[in-house]
Amino acid sequence: METLNLFIRSIFIDNMVFAFFFGMCSYIAVSKSVKTALGLGAAVTFVMTMTVPLNYLLNEYVLAPNALVEGVDLSFLTFIVFIAVIASFVQLVEMVVEKYSPSLYNQLGIFLPLIAVNCAIMGGSLFMQQKVVSGEIDGLWQSIVYGVGSGLGWWLAIVMMAAIRERLQYSHIPAGLKGPGIAFIITGLMGIAFMIFSGIKL
Amino acid sequence: MSNLKNLTGPLSSNNPVIVQILGICSALAVTVKMEPAFVMGLSVMVVTAFANLVMSLLRNGIPSRIRIIVQLVVIAALVILVDQFLKAFVYDVSKQLSVYVGLIITNCIIMGRVEAYALGNKPWDSFLDGIGNGLGYAAILLIVAFFRELFGSGTLFDIRIIPESWYIANGGFYSNVGIMLFPPMALIIVGVIIWVHRSFNKDLQEK
Repeated sequence: METLNLFIRSIFIDNMVFAFFFGMCSYIAVSKSVKTALGLGAAVTFVMTMTVPLNYLLNEYVLAPNALVEGVDLSFLTFIVFIAVIASFVQLVEMVVEKYSPSLYNQLGIFLPLIAVNCAIMGGSLFMQQKVVSGEIDGLWQSIVYGVGSGLGWWLAIVMMAAIRERLQYSHIPAGLKGPGIAFIITGLMGIAFMIFSGIKL
Repeated sequence: MSNLKNLTGPLSSNNPVIVQILGICSALAVTVKMEPAFVMGLSVMVVTAFANLVMSLLRNGIPSRIRIIVQLVVIAALVILVDQFLKAFVYDVSKQLSVYVGLIITNCIIMGRVEAYALGNKPWDSFLDGIGNGLGYAAILLIVAFFRELFGSGTLFDIRIIPESWYIANGGFYSNVGIMLFPPMALIIVGVIIWVHRSFNKDLQEK
């Protein structure tokens, strides 16, 4: 049950976009059409599903105090190790997408390599590390669940946003609000809507 | 003094947060209070400036295929320094910032400025560009934090601004606007800042 709770919590209550603003740069920039948003969301979810457990293993067996060598605490290397894992993984995904789906590759353009610096992915790994300390994530299986859940939450957010923005093209918005301005305000309103989930006791 | 443009441009007409739409994640999350916002702005400024400086010095020696990895290593090393420094000297604030210090690495402002500016310009200009963008980022952070802390908690930098006697609990008429402390309000405030900014800078408006 606890694992299921973690899953639902990471999608809805601790939604990466609405609760923590993670991955906002690409969220605002790529949410202009649903199709592209679906592609980027899938890529982000995939990368998170893989990198959170990988970083969990590294954290458990290399970085944590006394993990690698007795009496040595390597946790100050966390950032550099996590980002190295993520960057190399994104490079891999980029090559795979380029090979098997050139059209998606062209659509995502610069944002594919930028997944490496998508805060949602780095944030997922850093939150995973915090949750290990606080005991919310226990074992590799739960870290996988957390990775999938957070990725799905981000995916859900960007697709919803893209759908709203497609409709927005037909509405009359004050000139100064067009583009990013209205996108921010809509995200804020969606965030308020998502706050109802925090009332659910799991 | 052509360098001056590097410093002042990012403050308004080319602001990293509200014009270039970079580095939003951290800009919103740390703005519940002025103090963490100030520390975060300062940290980002230091990292941006030195990342720009280092990458500008290295720019002719790096093959472009591996430049992203090199950038990340340089930035991550700088962020580790900042993180250790914060833990040593302002531990309370570093606890409040939690994972967001680590997320400076993936802050798009830094990558964005290195890619867009430092890789093609001289070290000193790049350094100033970094400082300027850091300042522009800090300015937005402080504006958002000002409204959120003033209306959400009635304080600024933890100093009470709205007098205690105004509150309903003490027989007054006022109570804090609780929703200001929740994440969505940060987004809405930034949206409004963009709106105000663009109504004064008509050339930035879309279509």
